Amino acid sequence: MSEYNFAYLDEQTKRMIRRAILKGLATPGYQVPFASREMPMPYGWGTGGVQVSAAILTPADTLKVIDQGADDTTNAVSIRRFFEKTAAVSVTEATGDASVIQTRHRIPEERLREDQIIVYQVPIPEPLRFLEPSEVETRKMHGLEEYGLMHVKLYEDISQHGAIATAYAYPVKVEGRYVMDPSPIPKFDNPKLEMAAIQLFGAGREQRIYAIPPYTKVVSLDFEDHPFEPTKADHACDLCAAENSYLDELITDDQGSRMFMCSDTDYCASRRRQGHVGVKGTVFEGSAT
Amino acid sequence: MNGLALSGGFVDGPIQSAQAFRQIMTAMARPGEILDVSGAAPPAPLSIAAGTILLTLCDPETPLFLAPGFDIDPVRDWITFHTGAPFVSAGDAQFAVGVWKDLPIASFPIGTAEYPDRSTTLIVEVEDLCTQGFVLRGPGIKNSRTLSLPETEVFATNAQLFPLGLDFYFTHRSRLAALPRTTKVS
Ligand SMILES: [Zn+2]
Repeated sequence: MSEYNFAYLDEQTKRMIRRAILKGLATPGYQVPFASREMPMPYGWGTGGVQVSAAILTPADTLKVIDQGADDTTNAVSIRRFFEKTAAVSVTEATGDASVIQTRHRIPEERLREDQIIVYQVPIPEPLRFLEPSEVETRKMHGLEEYGLMHVKLYEDISQHGAIATAYAYPVKVEGRYVMDPSPIPKFDNPKLEMAAIQLFGAGREQRIYAIPPYTKVVSLDFEDHPFEPTKADHACDLCAAENSYLDELITDDQGSRMFMCSDTDYCASRRRQGHVGVKGTVFEGSAT
Repeated sequence: MNGLALSGGFVDGPIQSAQAFRQIMTAMARPGEILDVSGAAPPAPLSIAAGTILLTLCDPETPLFLAPGFDIDPVRDWITFHTGAPFVSAGDAQFAVGVWKDLPIASFPIGTAEYPDRSTTLIVEVEDLCTQGFVLRGPGIKNSRTLSLPETEVFATNAQLFPLGLDFYFTHRSRLAALPRTTKVS
């Protein structure tokens, strides 16, 4: 016999998470502490994001869950089923049909709208952690807006590599105040962080929630002589010919043949349905409806 | 405790609080946007919107300040029965309810440099809530919005404290709008 509360968490826990979300929205980029609960899944599975989703979902929602851009990984499928069962939500793989999107490591290619919410699963919320292991110290640094060391580290990166080597979790400054870790999205996605949708971030193991309200200013840290570049593989998608989507590289045989395809599987499939064909793609079955 | 205190709560707490929170959150994410909430039927002078916010967010972990006019037995009993929130002075409040002129704005905690979240959220009951009034700009607002407000000076000062500061909900009947510390009022 299993009798779950709505969205699995008990009401007091949801209230605590909801209060943290509101404080997060009022202080964009600041990491609000919260008392993370055990979830029926391991930490690596995005328990922070799952708790945030549990606190915001209503039965009227349509939920999409992606893992590195794909809807069909074990992780994404499990989380989707979890909320289908516990929160009675509808589910979808279509970005445009979702009211809430929970994501690990990507922002969908399709531009998100004002009536949508995106929830990020965050492994390490503290962008200063690699400089300073002490939580007490990083909290002080944020409080004093002491971000000099962060800039020095990024500049060292440039002098060693000729460019900023950080390809994922590239730090941003939110509304001119807090330096924030956007979760391990590729830096290609960073410009999308200024969007119409509400963005919520949950770190379960580290017990932090933070947020970016719609149309908030989000700037990727850079230098005058080395401006930020949202790079991707210099290639078009081999399946749908998209030139401006983030690509995964796949080794397709023993000879090391490569194939590039959109990491956002819904984006790629909808382009193929519209009739776009990449150099290694085939015309989509039953297309052009 | 009066029998009336036992009524007026959520009929289906988990679902109604989820629906109410969604509106309460959207309001905070889009300052100045007026949204409808429902679920609470609190005793006067509490509005449906203020009552719904209290039911959705308050519990024994959230010290609450009641301004004069709201610090009366029917209100206290209703809040105690449905949320268990302890009543405190303004300086210890995580939430506060009242009309503008009765809220001691300077007495509420605004958070600390290391914990700006340790500040009070004020629920301000207003006699009118509409999109005519002062111009709002800041996070959550594409260009600008307009909202009726009791005044501007307090909000201008509050915004200058960012990232510290107070966050506000304005409530009237079943409608609410939010004004977080990030919003610049002119
Ligand atoms: Zn593609």
